[in-house]
Amino acid sequence: MNFTLRVWRQAGPGTPGKMVEYKATGISPEASFLEMMDVVNEQLTLKGEEPIAFDHDCREGICGSCAMMIDGMAHGPNKGTATCQLHMRSFADGATILVEPWRVRAFPVVKDLCVDRSALDRIIAAGGFITAATGGARDANDILVPKVAADLAMDAAACIGCGACAAACPNGSASLFTAAKITHLAELPQGQPERFRRVIAMVAHHDAEGFGGCTFHGECQIACPKEISIDTIAHMNRDYMSATAASREEKAAGGTG
Amino acid sequence: MRAPTFFASTVGKKIVMAVSGLIMVGFVILHMAGNLQVFEGAARLNTYSAFLHGPAGEALWLLRAILIIALIAHVVSAYQLTVIDRAARPVPYVKRELQAATVASRTMRIGGVVLLIFIVLHILHFTTRTLQPAPLAEGDVYDNVIASFRIWWVTLLYVIAMIALAYHLYHGLWSSVRSLGVERGRLNPFRRPVAITLAFIIWAGFTIVPVAVYFHLVS
Ligand code: HEM
Ligand code: FES
Repeated sequence: MNFTLRVWRQAGPGTPGKMVEYKATGISPEASFLEMMDVVNEQLTLKGEEPIAFDHDCREGICGSCAMMIDGMAHGPNKGTATCQLHMRSFADGATILVEPWRVRAFPVVKDLCVDRSALDRIIAAGGFITAATGGARDANDILVPKVAADLAMDAAACIGCGACAAACPNGSASLFTAAKITHLAELPQGQPERFRRVIAMVAHHDAEGFGGCTFHGECQIACPKEISIDTIAHMNRDYMSATAASREEKAAGGTG
Repeated sequence: MRAPTFFASTVGKKIVMAVSGLIMVGFVILHMAGNLQVFEGAARLNTYSAFLHGPAGEALWLLRAILIIALIAHVVSAYQLTVIDRAARPVPYVKRELQAATVASRTMRIGGVVLLIFIVLHILHFTTRTLQPAPLAEGDVYDNVIASFRIWWVTLLYVIAMIALAYHLYHGLWSSVRSLGVERGRLNPFRRPVAITLAFIIWAGFTIVPVAVYFHLVS
């Protein structure tokens, strides 16, 4: 298959960039989008040009690093997949494909398609954890978790922190990321001792990083490679109301794992 | 109440929008029911108006105060959130293909501005009678309604404003319950029958009055 790519090239942080056109020729329909980029980069290297910088690691949809806005859609047109799981057979032969980095103030461009997503790590550092006692690890099934709670927590925990939600959101909001982490811990016994201070701290930090607010457009949920539901945002809002408007303090018995 | 934290955050502001929006929705439904009495004749509508301004006068002012506070809170939060949201994406995409946002969700801001302009004009029209597209008399609501909506551009203005209201409420009703923390535990964002039905009823209930008057179905 042959494609025309228009890719964002930017030498470094804060320097001006532009869309540059490249030809991708002789691409296998079974190639993933990243493998197609590899082929283009090999050709660029042979020509003595600077290859296109893009982030990737696991190439199986679990690390969340392959951030790319493809034809105006985060991780491309397919549902429930990251860029590394997108195959070239999903495109028409001869298609022109636009590739841009995430465009969010809190994700500054490092180079070409690479952005700095550490704002998400800082939201986690603000409260997206549990405080656990050290010592011998308890058996994983020592603490009973109701089935429904386990399912909701598991669905939310699928978040790989790729940043597609903020990239796709018309408001540049990372609400889905923040809410997924909050829901994950708020559903589990281990999350209870810090439940309300966690939601206050994480929301405050989300805002401090310069992300926008949620309007429930639903773009994040469609873009999410893990198909995390915007219901998690409703969950976050409810805990936030309890924690702020009602000044609720943690009192439910929890357990550290 | 941890007020400073709450009001400073995007989540808090959104909750303010949802609560103030729902207060206004409650009013809008009462208002619509009041208007529909036009189909029961002059005596009925004018008696209702006299009741509101007479025995219910104090309650009316209380309601007005609540609505003004709700409106101010709603507009101020809308403005603040819009500023925050715009700043969150300083560099736009060369190409952006929206996959889930609806016409309604994307027109909340512009539709909100249309509604704000409409609310001001509407109050200057029927409440204070500062604007008189047709001569309006105090106390004779029925005749004022008939005289005004016989003018094509007045009817058109109200019809347009009610389309804006319907879109705003379609997204707003759906979104506000989520803002307030109600979840359905499912992925699909497009099943919104309750919001569509309510928005449609409100749209139809308001629009029918000027349109019926314009086409002489009420006289
Ligand atoms: C007066 C001018 C108005 C403006 C400028 C305005 C603006 C807005 C904006 C921008 C939003 C979306 C906020 C966001 O999610 O970021 C919104 C939501 C909403 N509006 Fe309005 N609006 C106005 C009037 C009204 C009226 C008259 C009603 C009700 C009759 C109403 C009901 C709602 C509701 C229920 C929401 C949803 C809140 C939520 O999603 O939590 N608005 N408005
Ligand atoms: S490279 Fe790890 S998720 Fe795509």
